[in-house]
Amino acid sequence: MEVLIQNFTDITLQQVIMWIIGGVLIYLAIAKDMEPTLLLPMGFGAILVNLPNSGAAAVIDHLFEIGINQHELFPLILFIGIGAMIDFQPLLTNPKLMIFGAAAQFGIFFTLCMASLFGFQLNDAASIAIIGAADGPTSIFVSQMLKSNYTAAIMVAAYSYMALVPMVQPPIIKLCTTKAERKIRMQYKGKPVSKRTKILFPIVVTMIVGLVAPDAVVLIGFLMFGNLIRECGVLNSLSETAQNVLANLITLLLGITIASRMSAEEFLKFETLLIMGLGLVAFIVDTFGGVMIAKIMNLFLKEKINPMIGAAGISAFPMSARVVHKLGLEEDNQNFLLMHSIGVNVSGQIASVIAGGLILALVGG
Amino acid sequence: MLHMDLLMQSLPIMGNGMLGIFIVTGVIIGVVTLLNKITSGE
Repeated sequence: MEVLIQNFTDITLQQVIMWIIGGVLIYLAIAKDMEPTLLLPMGFGAILVNLPNSGAAAVIDHLFEIGINQHELFPLILFIGIGAMIDFQPLLTNPKLMIFGAAAQFGIFFTLCMASLFGFQLNDAASIAIIGAADGPTSIFVSQMLKSNYTAAIMVAAYSYMALVPMVQPPIIKLCTTKAERKIRMQYKGKPVSKRTKILFPIVVTMIVGLVAPDAVVLIGFLMFGNLIRECGVLNSLSETAQNVLANLITLLLGITIASRMSAEEFLKFETLLIMGLGLVAFIVDTFGGVMIAKIMNLFLKEKINPMIGAAGISAFPMSARVVHKLGLEEDNQNFLLMHSIGVNVSGQIASVIAGGLILALVGG
Repeated sequence: MLHMDLLMQSLPIMGNGMLGIFIVTGVIIGVVTLLNKITSGE
């Protein structure tokens, strides 16, 4: 009986707040369908590790140690699954779309400066900035490599904003574009892409990125390995396993493992709020960067681009592409931008990983 | 409290980072365009 009373008296206000945060994450996952595969395990994990004298904390800590802390295994293995899921055909048909993917990483570097301005040390500022990659595994990988003190807050921000893309991006896109620009129609010239190109693409990209940013080659390498499995045509069952079983299993463990960093004393800090704010800035500036480069290109192009597709350059796949397509249809119900925005969106996947690699190379892993 | 010194320290990283992304992207665009040309008959 004494032990029972002891457990109740050990409950702190901070722990109760973390239960509420966990509950909110679970609510958002179930009721609002926001990244449920990650927010639900994270929410449940947040409650689990914040019970007084929780016996689960040690187990989840161990998972964190072997799955994330030592060699960032979980995010890397997840990348194999993501690579197997991505069809790069729309990008290979029109490789110039990659420019938008590159431009839409501006939010990362802008946020790095803003986080520095607010007093975060360079390793933490860079880790916070990588929220703008709109790519969970990249965020985990970079923040771990840079030994950031704010991994949990960064994770929560990264996945929350990815889920919030349909709410965050439209007002920014509308603010940066005129009605006439949003109505620009783009013809889709679906040129066939050879199987040889599809197979060589992941190999070549890995080699290029590996030569420029060797620290990040593991990120792009695992992503492209997954894509090679998909495109080679002789490993269909492995490709399906990577896309479904492997990706699901790792996602399941990843969410609950991140929760090990969500203990009240680690998570409930003023900096967490600041990180959430800076993460939002990263997403906004990413969107702005992508749209603006399209507008600049339009100054020189005869055949105009709908600048909204630039916004799909953030990595949040495929939400961002859908947002752009939907906005196009809102302005003109015959304006189908999906194939263009998907092409830009997958280029954002690659560019965000390159950005992660460059951050590591420039800030130091 | 704003830390201008830390901001100044991170500005070159922003410049180099964006430059790096555009260079790598440019190389990838070039290679893919080349691959598409070489294999267009397949």
